[in-house]
Amino acid sequence: MLDRPQRQGLALPWKAGDDMMAANGGDAHQDKARRFRDAALPHLDDVYTLARYLLRDTADAEDAVQECYLRALRYFDTFRGTEVKPWLFAILRNICRGEFARRSRVTLAMDDTTDDAEDAAPLWQEEQASPETEMLHQRDAETIRRLVADLPNPFREAIVLREINDLSYREIADVVGVPVGTVMSRLARARSMLRKAWIAEEGPPT
Amino acid sequence: MTCNEAEILLHALLDGELDAGHAHQVEAHVENCPRCAPQLRAYRELQQAMPVAQLHFTAPASLRQRIEKTLPAPRRVSNRRSVLKGFVMGTALSTAMAAGLVIAVFRTDQDQRLLGEVTSAHVRSLQANHLTDVQTSDQHTVKPWFNGKVDIAPPVVDLTAKGFTLLGGRLDYIDGQAVASIVYRRRTHVINLFVTQGGSSESHEARLQTMQGYNIRRWTAQGLQFFAVSDINGEELQEFVDKFEAAFQPASGT
Repeated sequence: MLDRPQRQGLALPWKAGDDMMAANGGDAHQDKARRFRDAALPHLDDVYTLARYLLRDTADAEDAVQECYLRALRYFDTFRGTEVKPWLFAILRNICRGEFARRSRVTLAMDDTTDDAEDAAPLWQEEQASPETEMLHQRDAETIRRLVADLPNPFREAIVLREINDLSYREIADVVGVPVGTVMSRLARARSMLRKAWIAEEGPPT
Repeated sequence: MTCNEAEILLHALLDGELDAGHAHQVEAHVENCPRCAPQLRAYRELQQAMPVAQLHFTAPASLRQRIEKTLPAPRRVSNRRSVLKGFVMGTALSTAMAAGLVIAVFRTDQDQRLLGEVTSAHVRSLQANHLTDVQTSDQHTVKPWFNGKVDIAPPVVDLTAKGFTLLGGRLDYIDGQAVASIVYRRRTHVINLFVTQGGSSESHEARLQTMQGYNIRRWTAQGLQFFAVSDINGEELQEFVDKFEAAFQPASGT
């Protein structure tokens, strides 16, 4: 699983096969930059949020986001979809998986937990102290951020894209490059893990 | 449906990803299942307890500046300005040409202003805790409510079974006239469907436009002009338009 080769370039459904529409002259270039600015900059906070959860490091997140916008501008001519946000997410995700995964200090953050180990545990453990009656105590946002950030990938990624970035299953499937069914089961597992971690969180509720 | 299936599908139910048929199947299973019922409750509780708005990060200003710097500076001279310049310089020919262009440009501005008003009305409806004047999911209550309040009979169709819950209706003002707004919900997103008198009787296909980050689909049908405004993505908004049109057309034929 860990040795899976990195996908080269942007294997995205939005990417056209060839590089058409090379900028012809300054006006076209200006126009492209302006369109890109209008389309992509409003999503900066969302892209940064995803980077923070994926990389769990402020400086790395900033670098990845900057690289993401550079690449997105370069490939903007080949963008054929209607939704810019998932497209930016897919680029960001490739950056995080590619270059940043090679740096040792973030390797762990981007490693996929082997699905086997996770699948061994049932989603719902009935022998636990009656989890259906166990209430979730209100926790402050800082705590929840940490609980989400502590989830292993790919479950963290799934829940961040769904709950925080509000993507549909179809969009998540396109960004991550897996079938919708996989998105659904990862999300189920992510919520199961998050709920367990939430209940296990010690300390007085806020 | 088995518990193993339901255990996964109940998440799709919570996320509003199931069509009516599957949603019904999952609900029917969960209702009578001692194993799945607490799970649905537990995950609904989890979803509601997540302080989603506060889990977002804001990009540092320095990062925003760095990115803006990498973009070529935008040229701020608008097309309209250069057209007007042509106007002043004017030979008869350029005057005539420029006049045509100015009208086209002003017309575009007029469209933009209308879209701006529609977007503002949408934002206001979310801010002021005044989403609906008549709150009901019954289309037969919403439609008569508009009688005498607007000079059109807006089509109200219940799309709950299609994944868009009818919340109610509201009176709004756009471009100086009273318009009907029919309010729908998709997951956590609100869709305002504004209906006004249309300028032309021809039908136009819905076009996607965006303003202040909101998606707007605008179309005309049967002498009415429609604006669907929401923060859901463009494709889902188109799905809404398609389903609305499909439900609206047969009804109007009778």
